[in-house]
Formats: sequence, structure tokens, C-alpha cells
Amino acid sequence: MQKILVIDPERCTGCRLCEVVCSLYHEKTINPYRSRIKVVKWESVGVYVPMVCQHCESPVCEAVCPMNAIQRDPNTGAMVINYDRCIGCKMCVLSCPLGGVNVDPKTRKVIKCDLCGGNPQCVRFCETKAVDFLEPTVANLAKRRTAIEKYSEIVRKLPL
Amino acid sequence: MVTKRKIAYIDLTKKEVKVRDIPYEMRRLYLGGRGLDMYLLYNHVDRGVDPLSPDNVLLVSAGLLVGTPLASGRTHIGGKSPLTGIVGSANMGGFFAPELRMAGFDHLVIKGRAEKPTYLWIHDGMIEFMDASHLWGKDTFETQEIIRKDHGDPDIKSMVIGPAGENLVRFANVITGHKNAGGRTGMGCLMGSKRLKAIAAKGTIDIELKYPDEYMEYAYELNKRMANSRWGKASGKWGTMVIWNYTNTWGGVRVRNFQANQLHNAELLEPQNIDKWSIGVAGCYGCVVHCRHRYVYSDPKYGTFYDEGPEYTSLGAFGAEVGCNRMEYVLIGNHLVNKLGLDTLETGSMIAWAIELYEKGIIDDRVTGGLKLEWGNPDLVFQLVEMIAYRKGLGNILADGPRPAIEKFGPESAYYCIQIKGMSNLHSDERPTPSLALNIATATRGSDHLRSRPAVDLYGLPEEVLEQIYETTGLVSTWASYQGKAKMVTWQEKLYAVVDSLGICKYHTVFISATAPKWEEWCKLIYYATGWEFTKQELMEIGERIYNIERMFLVREGLSRKDDYLPERYYKEPTPTGLPIAKGRYIDRAEFDKMLDEYYDLHGWDRNGIPKPETLKRLGLDQEPSHKL
Repeated sequence: MQKILVIDPERCTGCRLCEVVCSLYHEKTINPYRSRIKVVKWESVGVYVPMVCQHCESPVCEAVCPMNAIQRDPNTGAMVINYDRCIGCKMCVLSCPLGGVNVDPKTRKVIKCDLCGGNPQCVRFCETKAVDFLEPTVANLAKRRTAIEKYSEIVRKLPL
Repeated sequence: MVTKRKIAYIDLTKKEVKVRDIPYEMRRLYLGGRGLDMYLLYNHVDRGVDPLSPDNVLLVSAGLLVGTPLASGRTHIGGKSPLTGIVGSANMGGFFAPELRMAGFDHLVIKGRAEKPTYLWIHDGMIEFMDASHLWGKDTFETQEIIRKDHGDPDIKSMVIGPAGENLVRFANVITGHKNAGGRTGMGCLMGSKRLKAIAAKGTIDIELKYPDEYMEYAYELNKRMANSRWGKASGKWGTMVIWNYTNTWGGVRVRNFQANQLHNAELLEPQNIDKWSIGVAGCYGCVVHCRHRYVYSDPKYGTFYDEGPEYTSLGAFGAEVGCNRMEYVLIGNHLVNKLGLDTLETGSMIAWAIELYEKGIIDDRVTGGLKLEWGNPDLVFQLVEMIAYRKGLGNILADGPRPAIEKFGPESAYYCIQIKGMSNLHSDERPTPSLALNIATATRGSDHLRSRPAVDLYGLPEEVLEQIYETTGLVSTWASYQGKAKMVTWQEKLYAVVDSLGICKYHTVFISATAPKWEEWCKLIYYATGWEFTKQELMEIGERIYNIERMFLVREGLSRKDDYLPERYYKEPTPTGLPIAKGRYIDRAEFDKMLDEYYDLHGWDRNGIPKPETLKRLGLDQEPSHKL
């Protein structure tokens, strides 16, 4: 079964190691602005949310691309840019509701997550698993389990 | 390449900037970060310069491996200390140093004094002088947010001072983010004296590594090792507070200034109490250990606020030291000092000292302005924190730090002041542990555990294991002994000098974890990052060189053996409590002297603590100041 990227902001410590290794893996250099993943931070309240392409089931980027340059990789399920076709019109950047497609400030190419060919480096380096790569069945169950744990915690605190 | 990062000389008086390359030969001698900063300090600040004068320099730097996929977010800040008059050196986590590096700079040398409040805006190779009139008077959190709004960019990272730095409190700190503090030696005061409210950075320049794939894989291995170590796991859960529990159990913390070495009934102060307010943990740049909590505190009296931490030190400063033994008070105190820009350690120490002086009748209501100083009164403590930051009443005296305050309080007060070379001791009690006592007595920035603490000594490891770690012989397993401890201290000095120069966090080397990365791992990392080959011996020599140039700065200011002693109470008052190994212990002066002799001998310093000419020649320091940078 193809895995999906699962983001859990509650586990994110805001260290940005994912950004560092993403740019190292893809661009062979360290530059958070050339990373496909970005930890969006509200520092004054301590909220950190890793944002990355979710490889939508009905991808807007694919739909708006005038060159059919964004297509799903049948092996990994990732939406991948074919740079032989891409003309850099940035329609995908404009239309992605998650900010999952970006412009590399150095090469000016459109860049997005490609799941590193099936072994996402952000997941590999993230010790708290704020970014995880799971089969949908496992991911669903994990969410439910966490939800129940929280619920039971709240119940225990109730003055019954 | 990381090696292409520049050094900028910034004159605030003339509003001039000069940018230079950092020559390879200087990297070879000092690496970067603290190492190069200490070279710059020795070369740019002459003997006798008033720390608050425009002639003093403010040094800001990113170490050689900053920005790489390790816990490599450390910023080093240096200058002549307004608190001690000797080496000023502070090291903070967070995200500032990587941002500075991505903006193109590894080192800033800031001289002069701005005509009006100023902040520096550094972005992609540019350095601009900006008006900071609207930031003056703002706290550290507000300042960072206003800068972001002014530039319309939430990604800007700034290192800033709060009201304490503006008011020239001698132990004001520098803050980036919420709790990352360049805390010790009053670097915030130094910034304030230059009317420099902040340095803001934003960079988009690649940090290029020589062998990116190899570096990434090796970093993966090291990160895994740290995250799965027992220390990594424990501090990832409780932060540095976890050390407090351990230390309190055997009797090595300080209670009510220096009246006890163990707090009984500490249940409400212990780290697990943070759970009630914690909303998760937070990590500095690239760090898998994440040793601090994010917390939201709320009560009707003190309001609702967000902050991060607290650290071991704050459990002392706003807990045991001042007799307020509840986590709540620590969280509030921690928030206050972060916001106002005060060093938590020095602030807590000054307050605890003042309360003891009042208790003993050495100062009275005339000195305190009618304030009744007493233990266990959190409101009094918070009031004093504000009074220090704004230099009001008694706070104005405490704001000058230990030595000037002794002048005001009278000679009798000196005995109760727990300080060395003008800087207060960590809220730990080193009487049962000669190795740690030697560490704080000899540290080059005044009493300081982070210069050379051989914390591994506390584990009572078998001798052969200790000797393997410290690569020497003649060590003993028990920490109660004086034997061989000087060897451990000198080894740690070199290790910490190098890790500070690489820009990696001390918790990722042999500080508390005996198995953490050290020399061999660093040789590989430096090679993968730069292609430069260093041997372990060469790195150790760099550590020694850095420590020696710091000592030379002290010697030039007139310090010697006489300044390498502990506060009197360490010799005279036995510890009243603790486990059998820690109870009834004090430092034997004759044994301490022997340890000091051994320490100087190991260094190649004479028995007065002055580096011998042949030592300086061996380390290539005999021509200093050489003014190469």
C-alpha cells in the first residue's frame, strides 16, 4: 500500500531539521528557502506547523498545469514535476491551497516535495515523528487512538 | 562554501562597515565562533579599557559548523565584560547564528557607540544601520515582533536587549526567541552601552558543504546516537531541570543563598510539575534533544503568558535560592527575566544574597529603602527583579553586580557573596566535589560551570572507564577525592573551547553524557563540511590555544593565582546535609592549593598562574597581539 505523509503539529519541536535535510538531499546544499518542507512558526505563542505538499488525491497543481508537467509517480504516489515539460509559469504555486509548491530563489525553478523517491528524508531525521510516512490504515488508527487518549484524559479531570 | 563566510567590522560611531574574508590560517588556529572571538578580543581591546566605553568591542559569531543538520544553532557573543572586567563570553541557542550565516557573515566586530538607539539589519551580504528609537524601552519579545512587522517578514531572527540592557544592568543578557539567552558576563549591558538595541538577520545564501551526502549521513548517525542516549531522552522530557532532581537528591544544590545544600520537601518544585502548564517541548536549530518546554502560565494575579524553559538555573534563582519552593514562581520569574533581558542566574544570586544580608543584619531598612527582605516571598522577588531591571532603589545597587554591591553594603557583606572574579556561582554547591570546585575557581569568565565542568565525575564510574574517557591515568572513581581532578578539568576546557568554536551545543558532547560525540567525530564533521583535515591532537591544541589566549587576557588585566580561589564559605562551612558522601564536606585549602599547582603545571603556567613563555611559543601565542584580523 502506498504511504502518505502524516503531519502532527503537536509533536513538532520547531527545530527545522526537516528543512535542512530536505535542501541538502535535493539541492546538495543547506538553505531553508530551497527546502520543500517548511516549519511555519508563531514564535510568540509556541505554535509550530510543518507545511509540505500533501500529494492531494485531486491535485489542483496537476489540473491547472498548462503543460501537464505535474504527474503522479505510480511507485510512490508522489505528485512530481517533470522539468522537461515545466515552463515555470507558476500556476501551481498560485493555486495550491497549502503552499505546497514553491519557487527556488536561486534557480527560480518551481520546487515541491517528491517524497524523495519513497524514503522522505524529513521523516527519516524527525525524531519526534511530527512528520511521518505511514500507510493510510495505520495513520487513521493512530489518529483515532490519540483522540481517544486525549478524551480519556479530559474525562479523568472532570469533577464527577 | 561555509569557509567563504565573512567577518564584518562595524563602527557604530562613524556608521562604517568593512568586510573581509577570514583567512584559512586563522581558521586553522581558532576554527571560528568562540575561538576566533577570543582572538579578536585579545587583539581589539587593550588593557584597562572601560567595558562601557566605545573602545570596547562587541563580538558576535557563528561557529564553523553552524547551520548544518546537527544541534548547531549556537551564537557566541563576546567582549570585555561589564560585570567582571575580564573575558566576556556568552553562548546562546535558538536560530540566530544560522540566519547570520545564511546572510553571509560568521563574525561581527562592533565598535564605537551609536549617537541614538540603533539596530543592525543584516541581509544577504548587506549591513544597514537602522533607527531603533521606537524599540527603546520595549521588552525583548516585543522588540523582535516589531522588527518583523517593520520589515513585513516573520522569518527574521534577531538578538535583542530588553530594558535591563538599556539601563546598563551589569548582568543584562541578550535574547533571541523566547528563552535563548546569551546570559552570562553582561553582554546585554555591553550592547546597551553601544545604544545597540538589536541585531536582526535574514539570509537566503546557501551554506555549502564540501561533501554534502557524507555529512548528511554522518549527521544522521550522530543525531540518532544523541536522541537515543539516556541523557538525550531524559533532557528531552524534562530539560536541564532533570539535573536539579539528581543534584538535590545527593545534596549538591544551593538553598537560601548558601545556607543548605539540599532542599527537603521539594515536591512542588521538581521538574514534573511543569506538566500542568506545558504545551510541548521545543528544540533549537537542528536539535533532536529539544531540552525545553513551551508553557502557558495563567492565574488571576499574574495573568496569562507564554514562555519557554525553565532551566536548572531558574529552579535555583526563583526557587530554592530565594526560598520559593514552587514551580509556579519559577515559571513567573523565568518569564520576567526573559522579558526584561536579565541573566537568570545572576539575578537570583543577587537577590538571595541580599535577603541573607538582611537576615544577618548586615544591611537594614535604610539600605533596602524600607523593603523587608525575607525568604519565601515571591512577590518580593518579582518586585526586586523589576527594581533591578529599571535600577530603582535597592535594585540600583544590585544591578551593578557582586563587587560594586559589596562596596555599597560594606566589607562584612563580602563573606556571604558567592562569587568568583566578580561573577556569581551557579546554584550548585561544589563543596562535596573538588573537581567542580576547581572548575569554577579557574574558569576564564569568572565563576562558571560551562567553561570546564567535568560533570562525568559525578557518576562514580570505574577508574578504567574514566581514564579511557579522559585519556589519562591517575584518576580515581570517587568525586569526593582531590586526586587527578585537575586532569579532568583541563581536558574539559579544551573540549568545550572547541565545541563552542564549532557552534554545536555542549549537550551534544561529553558534558553530561559520557558517550556523546567528541574529538574523532568532530574531525570527520569538519572534513565533510570543509575538506580540511584536522587530527584529534590538532583539535585539542586549538582548545588549549583558545583557553590560553583567554587566560592571557585575564593576566593582562592583572589577574593571577590570587583570583583563582573559591568564596570563603567553601573552606569554612561544612555542608549541613545530603547523602553521606556529600554531608559535612568542605574544601580543604591545602588540598585545593595542591590541586591548583597541578592544574597550572598541566597547563604549562607558572605557580602564579601565568602562562610560561615556552607554553605560549608552543601554542603560537608568543607574538600576540598579532592583529591579523
